[in-house]
Amino acid sequence: MTGLAGIYVQQFKTTLASFAQYRAAIFIWMIGHVLEPLVFMIVWSAVTLSRGGSVGGFGRGDFAAYFLVLMLVNHATYTWIMYEFEYRVRHGDLSFLLLRPLHPIHTDIVDNLSSKMLTLPLILVSAAVLAVLFKPVFHIRVWAAAAFLPALGLAFVVRFLVEWTLALAAFWTTRVGAINQGYYVAALFLSGQVAPLVLFPASVRAVAAVLPFRWMISFPAELLLGRLTPAQAAAGLAIQAGWLGLALLILKLVWRAGVRRFTAVGG
Amino acid sequence: MKALKLFWIFFRVGVLGELAYPANFFLQLFESLLDLGTALGGLAVVFAYTQTLGGWKPDEVLALVGVFFLVGGVIRLIIQPSLERLIEAVGEGTLDFTLTKPADAQFLVSIQSVEIWRCTDIVLGAIVLGAALSRLGTRVGPGRAAVFAAALLAGLVIVYSFWLILATLSFWLVRVQNILVIFQSMYEAGRWPVGLYPRWLRFALRFLVPVAFATTVPAQALAGRLSASALGAEAVLAVFLFGAARLFWRLGLRRYAGASA
Repeated sequence: MTGLAGIYVQQFKTTLASFAQYRAAIFIWMIGHVLEPLVFMIVWSAVTLSRGGSVGGFGRGDFAAYFLVLMLVNHATYTWIMYEFEYRVRHGDLSFLLLRPLHPIHTDIVDNLSSKMLTLPLILVSAAVLAVLFKPVFHIRVWAAAAFLPALGLAFVVRFLVEWTLALAAFWTTRVGAINQGYYVAALFLSGQVAPLVLFPASVRAVAAVLPFRWMISFPAELLLGRLTPAQAAAGLAIQAGWLGLALLILKLVWRAGVRRFTAVGG
Repeated sequence: MKALKLFWIFFRVGVLGELAYPANFFLQLFESLLDLGTALGGLAVVFAYTQTLGGWKPDEVLALVGVFFLVGGVIRLIIQPSLERLIEAVGEGTLDFTLTKPADAQFLVSIQSVEIWRCTDIVLGAIVLGAALSRLGTRVGPGRAAVFAAALLAGLVIVYSFWLILATLSFWLVRVQNILVIFQSMYEAGRWPVGLYPRWLRFALRFLVPVAFATTVPAQALAGRLSASALGAEAVLAVFLFGAARLFWRLGLRRYAGASA
């Protein structure tokens, strides 16, 4: 285990140095991360105005708080692995990764975390500026804030595993664009990025409860904002843990099948 | 006339190149439909809770979505692929081949690449626009339609000129590709009426990354809320920006020639 930790530290230093060269690019990519929740925050704020102050239990300040926290959670958990993996398979870079004695998912985790180290100050500044402009209202309880951190950690791991598994589709087809977009659209609606899930019809909420999207993005935000009871929070953490186990299992199976197939194509 | 003929030839070459991959059409159609479904789903959720959004009725926002897809389709059909290839050519020095051709170089680089299947966005946008128009009904007469067409054309000219200015930066800078991403991110904000946004964001969407002129303004024209002076101002901006882009392009070209000599 110390071996793996050492590898992580070393890999961390290397990727941090290499990403630092692309600071400008990383910052530019972040514009979308801030703009998307900002647009929905403004749209819902306009809706509350036309409804005389409140929509489904959300006032303007509540929407501001929701989309602000959602932006931070989304930023903490997002990955770009689905785009990266297609490139790797198509350009043959994967062969080199497979030659290493280490599972490639480890370097991907480090890559993800180091890029976020670089963007963290920027997203926090953006959040602070938006907080000044849009005056969010928080009702934070201590127990919920304490449960937020494990929920965020689980959300990150589950999302990473799900998206890493989905990225393996590149083994079977080079046209993963359609798959990625289908996933993106489902995530947009079912993880509360268009609107808080409570504003959706009951049927949509039922679908969101059984699919992983909510547990990867909006659940930690709902938790922190005090919109869940302790029982709901505990159930949510249990579902996250369940998805973690399931995603790990599926990842192992798909990876084994995919690598076998990749060898066949390259050989 | 010659320009039109050239355009037609490039267009045909683009089509012929892509016809070998018919599956791409269905994939692109699928992606466009998903994108449209996202936009309509968003509208459905929002308008389940309100009758008007910042003074816009549902059908008017629907028309805006149609315009958004139409303009986005034109950008991705020809403007973006052509100018991305220009940036590549400047980086690799292959722009020489274009410059030796006996036609206007700006025109050639602006039409050199056509991603034909992107026409799905244009067709879907037109369908949505048509549906919105039929729901808006008789309120849209020929006069309003003409104002809409003028605003749309001016908006497209503004967006093209802006893209050309960005792409021309590649004569001085290395990583211009990243700057283009700024436009793509900001364009997404054009899905909703820019009047909703706070003043600083509205300003940015008009004068830093001129998305509003190609999306909100034409849709306003359809809703009958575009004043003659606003249309005039847009036309003036379109002419000015087109001239500025042309001048800047010439300046960049001079620098390119200097570098390769």
